[in-house]
Amino acid sequence: MDNAMTGPRGPKPKRRFSRNNIFIYGTLIVVSMYYLLPLYVMVVTSLKGMPEIRMGNVFSPPVEITFEPWVKAWAEACTGINCDGLSRGFWNSVRILIPSVTLSIAVASINGYALSNWKFKGSEVFFNILILGAFIPYQIMLYPIVILLREMGLYGGLWGLVLVHTVFGMPILTLLFRNYFASIPDELFKAARVDGAGFWRIYFQIMMPMALPIFVVAIILQVTGIWNDFLFGVIYTKPDLYPMTVQLNNIVNSVQGVKEYNVNMAATLLTGLVPLIIYFASGKLFVRGIAAGAVKG
Amino acid sequence: MSVVDQGLANAGTGKGKPNRLTRNLMSKIAALPMIMTAMVVFVGCTIWTIVYSFTSSRLLPKENFVGLDQYERLWGSSRWLISIQNLVWYGVCSLILTLVIGFTLAALLDRKIRFENAFRSIFLFPFALSFIVTGLVWQWILNPDYGVQGVVRGWGWESFSFDPLYNPDIVIFGILIAGIWQGSGLIMCIMLAGLRGIDEDIWKAARVDGIGTVKTYLVIIIPMMRPVFITSLVLIAAGIIKLYDLVVAQTSGGPGLASQVPAMYVYDYMFKAQNLGQGFAASTMMLLSVVIILIPYIYLQIRGNKNG
Repeated sequence: MDNAMTGPRGPKPKRRFSRNNIFIYGTLIVVSMYYLLPLYVMVVTSLKGMPEIRMGNVFSPPVEITFEPWVKAWAEACTGINCDGLSRGFWNSVRILIPSVTLSIAVASINGYALSNWKFKGSEVFFNILILGAFIPYQIMLYPIVILLREMGLYGGLWGLVLVHTVFGMPILTLLFRNYFASIPDELFKAARVDGAGFWRIYFQIMMPMALPIFVVAIILQVTGIWNDFLFGVIYTKPDLYPMTVQLNNIVNSVQGVKEYNVNMAATLLTGLVPLIIYFASGKLFVRGIAAGAVKG
Repeated sequence: MSVVDQGLANAGTGKGKPNRLTRNLMSKIAALPMIMTAMVVFVGCTIWTIVYSFTSSRLLPKENFVGLDQYERLWGSSRWLISIQNLVWYGVCSLILTLVIGFTLAALLDRKIRFENAFRSIFLFPFALSFIVTGLVWQWILNPDYGVQGVVRGWGWESFSFDPLYNPDIVIFGILIAGIWQGSGLIMCIMLAGLRGIDEDIWKAARVDGIGTVKTYLVIIIPMMRPVFITSLVLIAAGIIKLYDLVVAQTSGGPGLASQVPAMYVYDYMFKAQNLGQGFAASTMMLLSVVIILIPYIYLQIRGNKNG
């Protein structure tokens, strides 16, 4: 763990431009270009006018920078008969996101707490089924969920989709919280019990404050996951409640009208902006989230 | 008060319990959402679909059982066969390329280099983006007139042809390019975590024995990282079977039926063509393929747990 104790791993650093280093950095830089290229293409295309796009190619930098495609993508682009741009999808996504993230994390953190500190007969069995459920292709559950939501009167509405996100976010989030609570020393829990604190009191006064970093990881995980969802949005909501990803796809892949590539790329970049900002702002926490989900899941 | 008592009894010696059902009651109530999700949605809905895949349901689910009819029709449908073929091609290529790229990048980043964080951020950021965004960007880059093909032709190579999204023979590889771009960063991250978990002494020992760096990776490190590779494999495979949004955004399954995938077949038959039975049968086949992947994985996990 402690690098200062074990010393550097590689051979003793020789010249900075050894053949080895040139190979390593060269490869990394070339590969980086492949990863960065689409981001670059999105940005430059969204800043060009259509005549310029028709004359040049996707990679050429803009000669005359214009922000008109951004305005158009946000406020004027058409899907079907609605021509109020992506802003509609953006606000829909926000409306879906806030309750979904809150509910799914609340439910999963309590689940994880119950599973690690208040085990009951069968709790591990249910947990294992939950984790296996994360591997079941969504497709097999899509239709029965439609029936369930219809029975509850939630099909097509906002809360139906919130419920679906809560259900499908549960395996990974429960795992995340369970593992974290399990790592908290048992003595703390026992001391609270001796002092007479019950299930909820221990949760709200001891466990929740201690788990704040994990809550942040969970929020990052859920915000990006739910923002990027397409399948559930298209199935469980009606067109006027479509999230941003669905509306974006409808705008760009619509067969009517002339293709405005600059508006399309501005719209695509706008949709990607939320997860990108979260990704670059959260840094290592994002990595921690996916690692928690991936390595043990 | 009663809750506390029950909990204390539970934490105590474990003798003379009150009622089995009310013991730890609050915990059971709190875990109810999990129990419902596991039993009603994950188990219940899955079984429901499997059962109804043996019926002749069309517009609405009906209980007239027809045996394996839906499956026979499914495997006789050229659209399904194309979907399976695409998935196999995509799957095999994606699996190999993602593992190779993921491991290579992780190994390069593990060589004590400068700007490690910057490089890692660059390789991982596509993973934060949705498949829709990924698909639409690559649709634009692969545009035959303005994209890669147009650029190379502009350099004077007039006969150069690279239009995967419009050529039915290679369309799935156009999707592959985007899929790898989006997903390889995740595997790089997992591999890097695995590499960091390898004991420094292994490297020292290898150096003392005069084994070269590349050879050390191939002969010593990779075999040691078997669990990490298996986890990556399962993750990639589970993602491949779910492949849907990317294709919707990039090609909508076209040209013609050339880039159809099973998830698209399920969606179209369930929600567009009003042929529920076909959708149920197709999604059951998807589940079956996941089960085939998972069983050896679970077996290995259990065996691994027993051994150590």
